[in-house]
Amino acid sequence: MSDITKQSLTELVENIQNKKLSSTDVTKAFIQRSEKSSELNAYITDDFTSALDKAKKFDQNPNLDLKLPGIPMAVKDLFCTKNVKTTAGSKILNNFVPTYESTITENIWNEGAILLGKLNCDEFAMGSSNETSYFGNVQNPIDKNLVPGGSSGGSASAVAGQLTPITIGTDTGGSIRQPASFTGIVGLKPTYGSCSRYGIVAFASSLDQAGPMAQNVKDCALLQEVISTYDPKDSTSINFKRNHYSKELTKNIKGKKIGIPKEYRVDGMPKEIEDLWQKGIQYVKDCGAETIDISLPHTSYALPTYYIVAPAEASSNLARYDGVKYGYRAKGENLIDMYEKTRSEGFGAEVQRRIMIGTYVLSSGYYDAYYLKAQKVRKLIKNDFDEAYKKVDAILTPSTPSSAFKIGEKTNDPVSMYLNDIFTVPVNLAGLPGISIPAGHDTKGYPLGLQIIGKAFDEQNILNIAFAMEEKINFKNKITDWWIK
Amino acid sequence: MSIDLKTIKHISKLSRISVDEKRAEKLADDLNSIFEFIEKLNELKTDDVKPLTSIAETTLKFRSDEIKSKNIREQIIKNSPENNEDYFVVPKVIE
Repeated sequence: MSDITKQSLTELVENIQNKKLSSTDVTKAFIQRSEKSSELNAYITDDFTSALDKAKKFDQNPNLDLKLPGIPMAVKDLFCTKNVKTTAGSKILNNFVPTYESTITENIWNEGAILLGKLNCDEFAMGSSNETSYFGNVQNPIDKNLVPGGSSGGSASAVAGQLTPITIGTDTGGSIRQPASFTGIVGLKPTYGSCSRYGIVAFASSLDQAGPMAQNVKDCALLQEVISTYDPKDSTSINFKRNHYSKELTKNIKGKKIGIPKEYRVDGMPKEIEDLWQKGIQYVKDCGAETIDISLPHTSYALPTYYIVAPAEASSNLARYDGVKYGYRAKGENLIDMYEKTRSEGFGAEVQRRIMIGTYVLSSGYYDAYYLKAQKVRKLIKNDFDEAYKKVDAILTPSTPSSAFKIGEKTNDPVSMYLNDIFTVPVNLAGLPGISIPAGHDTKGYPLGLQIIGKAFDEQNILNIAFAMEEKINFKNKITDWWIK
Repeated sequence: MSIDLKTIKHISKLSRISVDEKRAEKLADDLNSIFEFIEKLNELKTDDVKPLTSIAETTLKFRSDEIKSKNIREQIIKNSPENNEDYFVVPKVIE
């Protein structure tokens, strides 16, 4: 079967369960395609030899009752994987080999999946274009010299380019949904507390959440089912009744009330995004849902709030990289000099910038003016959603204010880069689930996404809406394999 | 408000990140443009708003103080840049 890598996760699982394909067949196919795809720079570390061994071992005694039986999968290099290098896209962790496994990847391997390798990302997940990675930028399979988005850029590129059937990313301000939108795939950021953060390299602890990235909604639901578990090892993990997301998936969304927030109609938004949004509104109506105009009045304050809260938490989380216990160490004349040189040489420019912003807003005399103020505005943003959800079941918005941009286009202006996340950041601040689905193309043929935002713990509902819309949209990604060697 | 080079030096010291003059100037420019953007929050009156301190709005659970990982000394030391038997080695602190 030459078209193995074109199959969805659901198809691959069926074919392995029906013994039409072996895990070895599937693993080999994805390894071969990955090896021809070095131009995308999607991988930081591959684990192909070991993956093939594991696949052969699986085939000798296959447990076909598992949810991901013998399915090969590459993951974002922010998840700690036991005995496999985990860098977070940073020089400071370039030699770090975890001695333990993140809960989410543990769940995945327990369901039969096999690690293919670790995928490129912005350094410590700080970026919207995958250009801050120490291991170089990632190419978007859609077109040459186009960013895949970020921070889960390697993950998005690998799914869209069919180097892995499915993957996991992390989303602090849009890092799953924005790259999903830029590459024409589906990406879900679950409710805060739904997926364990144990063993994920921390960026901003009150915002970070891992989630699935897939070719379609059903695959996404299946992976969400595997990764969403209560975990005592993460003190913010929440013990709630989790759905069997893939089994309970339905296209019946009749009577659902979908909110359309007027504040997401931002100045200077390209007409094609507005048109896409209108199309989306028509699709949900065609599916029998009702749309209601709503207001989220504090939307324009979300990004400034985020750029206080996230760097503040990052500056605190990244204090651990001191060249003593693990990671890169520079030579210094004394202990302080060693710390300062280690962090100056080990962190890239964007990470240093954010540590400095965070340090400043938490420093003596500025805490109330910035950090406390931001936490208060964060409350107002959350209140906006609480009010809206008294009237509606979900909210429909564009995923991003533009399609993917060229490599290097926005690197010199941090604020214009940050504006990419204008529609995704409010969701993280309020701890809600959000899914981006591919919904159309711009005039250049680049994909555009729509975002569905749900109530807390209502992943099933937004997956259902996405599932219903997906059928109406009938999106086809324009992948030409230009990078294949 | 404007962040000057003196402030950059101060933050750099607090962050334990050494910054030379040339980079300090670039950082001052970047931070000023970011803070200009952040100043937007001052449009809002928030005196009566309670800050959001926990997104899940649940109290953190207590757990008993039990040792669950045993004999992991080797694992802990394994990734250190320099160690001596059971100790992390750092540059001399006391002369």
